[in-house]
Amino acid sequence: MSQRNPFRRTGLTPQEPDGSAFSLRSFDMTLSPIHSRRIRPASSRLARAALACALLSGCDYITLDPKGPIAANETLLFYNALAIMTAIGAPVIAAVFVVAYWFRKGGRGTFYLPDWHYSGKIELVVWSVPALTVFFLGALAVVGSNRLDPRVAIAAEAKPLDVQVVALDWKWLFLYPEAGVASINELALPIDTPIHFRLTSATVMNSFFIPNLGSQIYAMGAMETRLNLLAHEPGDYLGLSAQLSGAHFTDMRFTARAMSADDFAAWIAQARRNPDKLDRDAYGALLKPAPESPRVFGAVESKLFDAIVARTAPTPENAAACAPAPRRATQDASAGKGT
Amino acid sequence: MFGRLTLAAIPTGEPIALGAALAVLAVVLATLAWLTWRGAWPYLWREWITSVDHKRIGIMYCALGLVMLLRGFSDALMMRTHLALTVGGGSGYLPPDHYNQIFSAHGVIMIFFVAMPFVVGLMNFVTPLQLGGRDVAFPVLNSVSFWLTAAGALLVNLSLGIGNFERAGWLPYPPLSETTYSPDVGVDYWAWSLQIAGVGTLMSGVNLLATILKTRARGMRYTRMPMFCWTALAANLLIVAAFPILTATIAMLTLDRMAGFHFFTNDAGGNPMMFVNLVWAWGHPEVYILILPCFGIFSEVVPTFSRKPLFGYRSMVAATMAICVLSFMVWLHHFFTMGAGANINAVFGVLSMIIAVPTGVKVFNWLFTMYGGKVEFSVPMLWSLAFMSTFVIGGMTGVLLAIPPVDFVVHNSQFLVAHFHNVIIGGVLFGVFAGVNYWFPKAFGFMLDERLGKAAFWCWVVGFYLAFMPLYALGLMGMTRRLNVAYMPQWGPWTLVAAVGALVIFAGILLMLAQLYVSIRRRAALRAGDDPWDARTLEWAASSPPPAWNFDRLPVVACLDELWARKTGARKETPLWLDDKPFHMPRNSAIGVALAAAATFFGFAMVWRIDWLAIAAALAALTAVIGFAARRNLEVAVAPNEKAPA
Repeated sequence: MSQRNPFRRTGLTPQEPDGSAFSLRSFDMTLSPIHSRRIRPASSRLARAALACALLSGCDYITLDPKGPIAANETLLFYNALAIMTAIGAPVIAAVFVVAYWFRKGGRGTFYLPDWHYSGKIELVVWSVPALTVFFLGALAVVGSNRLDPRVAIAAEAKPLDVQVVALDWKWLFLYPEAGVASINELALPIDTPIHFRLTSATVMNSFFIPNLGSQIYAMGAMETRLNLLAHEPGDYLGLSAQLSGAHFTDMRFTARAMSADDFAAWIAQARRNPDKLDRDAYGALLKPAPESPRVFGAVESKLFDAIVARTAPTPENAAACAPAPRRATQDASAGKGT
Repeated sequence: MFGRLTLAAIPTGEPIALGAALAVLAVVLATLAWLTWRGAWPYLWREWITSVDHKRIGIMYCALGLVMLLRGFSDALMMRTHLALTVGGGSGYLPPDHYNQIFSAHGVIMIFFVAMPFVVGLMNFVTPLQLGGRDVAFPVLNSVSFWLTAAGALLVNLSLGIGNFERAGWLPYPPLSETTYSPDVGVDYWAWSLQIAGVGTLMSGVNLLATILKTRARGMRYTRMPMFCWTALAANLLIVAAFPILTATIAMLTLDRMAGFHFFTNDAGGNPMMFVNLVWAWGHPEVYILILPCFGIFSEVVPTFSRKPLFGYRSMVAATMAICVLSFMVWLHHFFTMGAGANINAVFGVLSMIIAVPTGVKVFNWLFTMYGGKVEFSVPMLWSLAFMSTFVIGGMTGVLLAIPPVDFVVHNSQFLVAHFHNVIIGGVLFGVFAGVNYWFPKAFGFMLDERLGKAAFWCWVVGFYLAFMPLYALGLMGMTRRLNVAYMPQWGPWTLVAAVGALVIFAGILLMLAQLYVSIRRRAALRAGDDPWDARTLEWAASSPPPAWNFDRLPVVACLDELWARKTGARKETPLWLDDKPFHMPRNSAIGVALAAAATFFGFAMVWRIDWLAIAAALAALTAVIGFAARRNLEVAVAPNEKAPA
């Protein structure tokens, strides 16, 4: 992916996030991919504490409580952009009230300029101020989009783990292709390991989102999206769908359990002991539109995820159609429609 | 015989839905009975229903918006109270199916049948007067436009008692809105009501565009056109360019649903992403269709109540037209999370931010308009001040959302809900309320009660902040939009605050109704002159209310702020008015209401697949149009008094 990025050729030296201060510098303005090393700028913590005080209590704000580098960078970008916008917006809001009150009808000690309607200098300023702000923020958007591209792998010492995600009505199915196990509504993740997600939907559009870990991405039928995340701290994090998917959309949530590598190995071993096998029939049963409790499958039919994307596995559309035979066009749908 | 329509369509199993439907039915029947008892029908038919007067049509648009505001707000109140009842482990009182219908209907009604009618209504009422013309370019078409919009609104409300509305959000994304996942009539109600109303809006856009381009007073160059007309020009350019996209998109979804096509399905080569792209290629310009005329309203109100000309008129014109063009280039920011490449996201992010430049310029220019003025805190000016401060917050959070990686964590969350309510209520609705309070004396010849107007204003503003600022916090707590249970304990307090905010807004709405009622009762005491605000533009040179033909003698324009120049004696050139010549005005026409009736039946028949009724309704519409085309007496001659308005 990074080879295709034209900005890679600009010769900027990749840098580690220095995390020295709560300033734009602490957001790495190079286009190097996110590294797994932690960034916890001291004054960012201060800023967060200040904001948290203003908004009641701190760790309730899970979107701003990063447990991994993607979320940390996004949180930082949020604070940087908020600081810039507040620096411009707050004085403007204050000026509205001050000017309106100062020049109120019947107010004393002010002047009246009944015909004043143009000043080239002021025009220059009023166009320049927002333009410069946008110039500044635009740079953040361009750099941020490239560095935090969901498809770009996270650089780390540990070998990445592949996880395949299937959105169903109304539950999440997680497939671990290497281990050959699967789980529903429970996503076990080893910490400090880049997780490479491939996502699709068996049914309608959904959005896969773990606020503490950052970046959400749509899961769509007959298509595959990709997402890279990493967790630093062990813990149970809320995962949910951020895209309306029908009646029990609210139940479409899962627990992302970040755990140590040993715990993860134990979790996999435990899962493998489960007698349930996720083959096409078992998968077909999952298509029944209903919420489900967390469970695991000790074995998974190989290439199931690819079959779901290619829609050669059972689909609600096939089930709904009168013709039992898979339609030929169904297979074309998947081809060349990656994102 | 009746297609899919059976007695099972009446929601007898859902007491809340049935109760709401019966309540609406009771109110409608009571209103009709009261009108009949008062013998008002001949008057209504002659003066309103068949009227082709742009002012009457504008007022009817606003009345439609007000009535639909009550419906849309009832939905909001139900959502907020339901969510508040789920705090602490409750289950609320709305089943998921019903809850999803309510937020879908809320969005559809508030955008299409509240904001649009108010904005189009104000443009209709004000633009010809400000341009110094007698009517819009195509008065009968104007009537058709309004009645088609009303037909769309009626169809949406029919779904309350017959069948159900859709449950897939205000823009129902496929594949959820396809027959596999939404087999019932809900999405069809959505599609046909918006299709009918959309045709009305498109015709209204063509009409107002022609009006602004072709029917300005003599001497009114583009550079002398009031700012509101400029924003109306930009908004109607957007309508003409954007609404066909919506029409085509809905048509494709309808073909998917009715004829087994595969435009947006998961299977057979369909692509739901195309719907999302197309619908936002309309949807983002739509936002500016709503907000630009409101910018125009503030550009009229702020100078009037600051007793100063608008600061930086040319700058404002440039900003308006820049927004008009840019609004078509940002649609992708509604779905940065779809997985597009980094540079696609970056380009759309930067373009979205660039819109903030002309918007920021406008705010600064209103600020400098007040600078050195004598600011009078009238009701329209209060709304304008509330707008300026509130809208800046909405703009700031909008820029945050325009940064793709930030959007990755707040997209579709309550933060987003807070943002768009911040700009739509804080921008569009505040603008509409400013406009209604400002132009009401022109429309009816008496003022709106100021005390109640201010009380309503404070309730709205306080209620707005209580209801929507907590949603920013909830979004950062990971709360996604459209959840029907506030299941995380930390979401509880802010959810309750938001519910209180909704109740305060409710008080604001009740005070607005009280303001209207009291003002009508006290209209003799509140009688207004032609120019009650000591304003600057030509609509205030007409009498209040103006005659059907607006001006007995048409004005001649020599400068910007023409009326102000005349009042201050700065305008020395003659003539002020064109010579008094008899002229013709179009006759009333029932074609609008007839077509709307046919369209309602047609839409209803398509929703329920009642073939014979659809054919009959289409034939009725065709017959009505042919009959209208064959009519002989098109116009009526008018010879107004010799005396020109003062």
